[in-house]
Amino acid sequence: MHVLEAAGLSKHFVARRGLFGADRGVVRAVDGISFTIARGQTLGIVGESGCGKTTTAKLVLGLEEPTGGSIRFDGRDLKELDATGRRYYRKSVQAVFQDPYASLNPRMRISAIIAEPLVQNEQLPAADVRGRVLEMLDMVGLPARAADLFPHEFSGGQRQRIAIARALALSPRLIVLDEPVSALDVSIRAQILNLLRDLQARLGLSYLFIAHDLAAVAHMSHTIAVMYLGKIVETGEAKALANAPKHPYTAALFSAALPSHPDERREEIILPGEVPSPLNPPSGCRFHPRCPHAMARCAGEEPVLRGVEARIVACHLYDRGGEANGGAKPLEAVANAE
Amino acid sequence: MTAAPLLELDNLSTHYVSAQGTRIVRAVDEVSLRLNAGETLGIVGESGSGKSTLALTILRVLPPAARIVGGRMLFEGEDLVAKSDAEMRHIRGKRIAMILQDPMASLNPLFTIGDQVAEPIRVHEGERRATAWNRARELLRSVRIPSPETRLTQYPHEMSGGMRQRIVGAIGISCEPRLLIADEPTTSLDLTIQAQYLNLLRDLQQAHGLALIFITHNLGIVAKMCDQLAVMYAGRVVESGPVSRIFNAPAHPYTRALLNSIPRMSDSDQRLVAIDGQPPDLSALPSGCAFAPRCPQALARCRDAAPPPFAPEEGRIARCWLAEPSAVGGDFRVASGAA
Amino acid sequence: MSTPADVIRLPTPTPRFAAIRALRLGDVPMVPLLILGVIALVAVFANQLAPHNPEIGSLTARFKPPFWVTGGSTEYLLGTDQLGRDVLSRLIFGARVSMVVGFTAVIFAGVLGTALGIVSGYLGGWVDQVIMRITDTWLALPALMFAIFLASIVGPSMWNIVIILGLVYWTRYARVIRGEVLSLKEREFVRLAIVAGCSKLTIMRRHILPNVINSAVVLGTLMLGVVIITEATLSFLGVGVPPPQPAWGLMLSDGKQGLMVGYWWLTVFPGGCIVLMVLSANLLGDWLRVKFDPQLRQL
Repeated sequence: MHVLEAAGLSKHFVARRGLFGADRGVVRAVDGISFTIARGQTLGIVGESGCGKTTTAKLVLGLEEPTGGSIRFDGRDLKELDATGRRYYRKSVQAVFQDPYASLNPRMRISAIIAEPLVQNEQLPAADVRGRVLEMLDMVGLPARAADLFPHEFSGGQRQRIAIARALALSPRLIVLDEPVSALDVSIRAQILNLLRDLQARLGLSYLFIAHDLAAVAHMSHTIAVMYLGKIVETGEAKALANAPKHPYTAALFSAALPSHPDERREEIILPGEVPSPLNPPSGCRFHPRCPHAMARCAGEEPVLRGVEARIVACHLYDRGGEANGGAKPLEAVANAE
Repeated sequence: MTAAPLLELDNLSTHYVSAQGTRIVRAVDEVSLRLNAGETLGIVGESGSGKSTLALTILRVLPPAARIVGGRMLFEGEDLVAKSDAEMRHIRGKRIAMILQDPMASLNPLFTIGDQVAEPIRVHEGERRATAWNRARELLRSVRIPSPETRLTQYPHEMSGGMRQRIVGAIGISCEPRLLIADEPTTSLDLTIQAQYLNLLRDLQQAHGLALIFITHNLGIVAKMCDQLAVMYAGRVVESGPVSRIFNAPAHPYTRALLNSIPRMSDSDQRLVAIDGQPPDLSALPSGCAFAPRCPQALARCRDAAPPPFAPEEGRIARCWLAEPSAVGGDFRVASGAA
Repeated sequence: MSTPADVIRLPTPTPRFAAIRALRLGDVPMVPLLILGVIALVAVFANQLAPHNPEIGSLTARFKPPFWVTGGSTEYLLGTDQLGRDVLSRLIFGARVSMVVGFTAVIFAGVLGTALGIVSGYLGGWVDQVIMRITDTWLALPALMFAIFLASIVGPSMWNIVIILGLVYWTRYARVIRGEVLSLKEREFVRLAIVAGCSKLTIMRRHILPNVINSAVVLGTLMLGVVIITEATLSFLGVGVPPPQPAWGLMLSDGKQGLMVGYWWLTVFPGGCIVLMVLSANLLGDWLRVKFDPQLRQL
């Protein structure tokens, strides 16, 4: 049973000029994406600016309302939840954001910061709250006396630990990690990534891990979804996807990842041009203007996500004439077969 | 015939002094480096390592609170520390150029692209506007900006991040400098754009015989682009030498720990090897080696005295007692800046 | 212009700057604080300190000059005015008016302006539009004219003046605080508070307010000077604190006719007090602004 399932999820923003101006267009930040997060596992989302990964995070966290599609948590559609149900969802899904310096209210003590989700959602006596705060601090490797200090007395890595402690306070099922280590020094990143993995093993947490450091995502994730201009172009098991990408964009993205050794030779795929604006996505397959393998079909027809050998890819390269001609099976057939 | 190095830093030190003269931060502490023409040097360090201050020191564009307190910077044989402001003005932009991390902050939003690319040409070579604009157009073409003619009259906000960074690069090479210092030039760029940009830099380097200094926290950039590497910690160079040698056999525990803590794509599900503790507070450095509190191999000796630079191999330097050649029978070589 | 020799030496503080630096005890501006402190003490202990009754004068002792001028006496240290009232006693009691009106009006304007600024900035939408348009309109009216207009409607009394000044000046706060709130609400800790399930009111109270208080306080100290000058001007024009209660602005007004005849002490002393108080408030506000700013940036 999956913890979270998104089906056909969309978020469109209307770009308006001025207060009373006419609509300039629609930004399809997220345009019909589907993914699942299994219990105790990590789904990594990679992509470049404008791909929609941050908006996806906001949709999962309830910071934005979807304009289409659905999110099911523990099998229940979010739209059909009543107030109690929504509160339960809030408690079960928490977040850790990128900037450790902006994630903590500088005027609040650490104990208040970590306790805030508890105080908002549960009616616990003060002693219990304090006990839970100390328990969280211990879980993230900080000393108990940190509880009475203020954020400015801590370093970046320590603040991120506090942010994680706060996210754990309500014993959530899923934590959305939006670039959790990008703002930290390189020597500290490994500490925090190790902590996150330990917590996942100990508490059975699921993570939605968003980062631009492909190696970190590949290291932390069980499954990776690659997004481009609001769509998912490929999903699959993390190591397999990283080593043998099927979609041309995934291949280009992973080849652009920096090597970890000077002698590491990687096939260099340099994409021409810039990432197009989400206001004006290309017709057909959104990647076709930059794709080294583009065919005539790609400009006119948008590819559908299909199962290809345990991977899910949206690309015409894997769809020569449909099932009958040995092409890929459509997505529903793959899902039903599992 | 061995040519003299293009840039040689000899025990260079830059300190920040607080207004009352009470707090001294040794941002750059006895740094010695060497760079030959056409080579690429990577300077790697985390926040507080002093790498950005080093870049500002080379160009002598330090903030008022910072002073060069010792050492020499020999660029093409001339000591930059001894030069007057007027002389430095002729060097900056013309013989040494610098590009920074944030392209939006590097470009003036009120001037056209053409004006900004042409500016160094007009200032240093006294060209007329029309000539300078022609050269600007060619420069934009050489950094692979499509339709450069139209771009000349556009403004920075009309360009994407990747294009802006290329324009900044064009400004940098406009007067054919011998040395280009790039301080975190790709941190704000998307991955595929970064790949384009690094390739461009490499091509420009080969076309113009440019020496490059990359200042970065990202060892991946060093692995891809650099011939030589210098690792900085708490204001000092703790290790330097050829890139592949250092990656294969790091001599300083900090370098080794850094290399081991970075996730690799080809990893099995191994735990990352983390470095304990926090980066140092430059205003309150411990006595002895600055890395000793976090070093898994620290000896008692390390806390008493900071190690001098040793040479574990020809062309490599490591500031670590563990790199000290054993005194038994061997000659005790301490690499000084002049070696 | 740096020469090689200068570059190597560490800087040593020059004597001139050292002397000025000595005036500050550990970076705190002592002089403005002392002046404001003295004025506050004088206002509190006016009854004990004033040698004479400020409101009743002796007609036999009119227009006496300060004691160091021939004709003056130590009984009336700073001289007397046209009704024989002791100038020093009037200055002392006038401090009370300035302090009370100054601080109360600043606090009133501050509370109102900060609250509206937070609501406007955080809620956005039509609430923001309405409040901002009111602010714009308010700001378009010259403060002094507005104050005089209101004073002539409701009639002068000390508390009326306080309310009027508060109503005139809240907009300065609202504008500034709203700007800060706009950037604060994009900070990740606010987003995390939403994720934790906090209501909008809770967020405004717990997360936004404590982070804008610094700016409000700095603005308050700077507004203190403006408010006091406005109060003095209102008194000068006769629509401020009503006589016989002494106010420095009123003393200026009364004393201006004496200037022609050489009775300089009637205007110089109250004017000097106003200058000292406003200058100290401004210097203090400036120091606070610089002090708080780098901390704010460390967020």
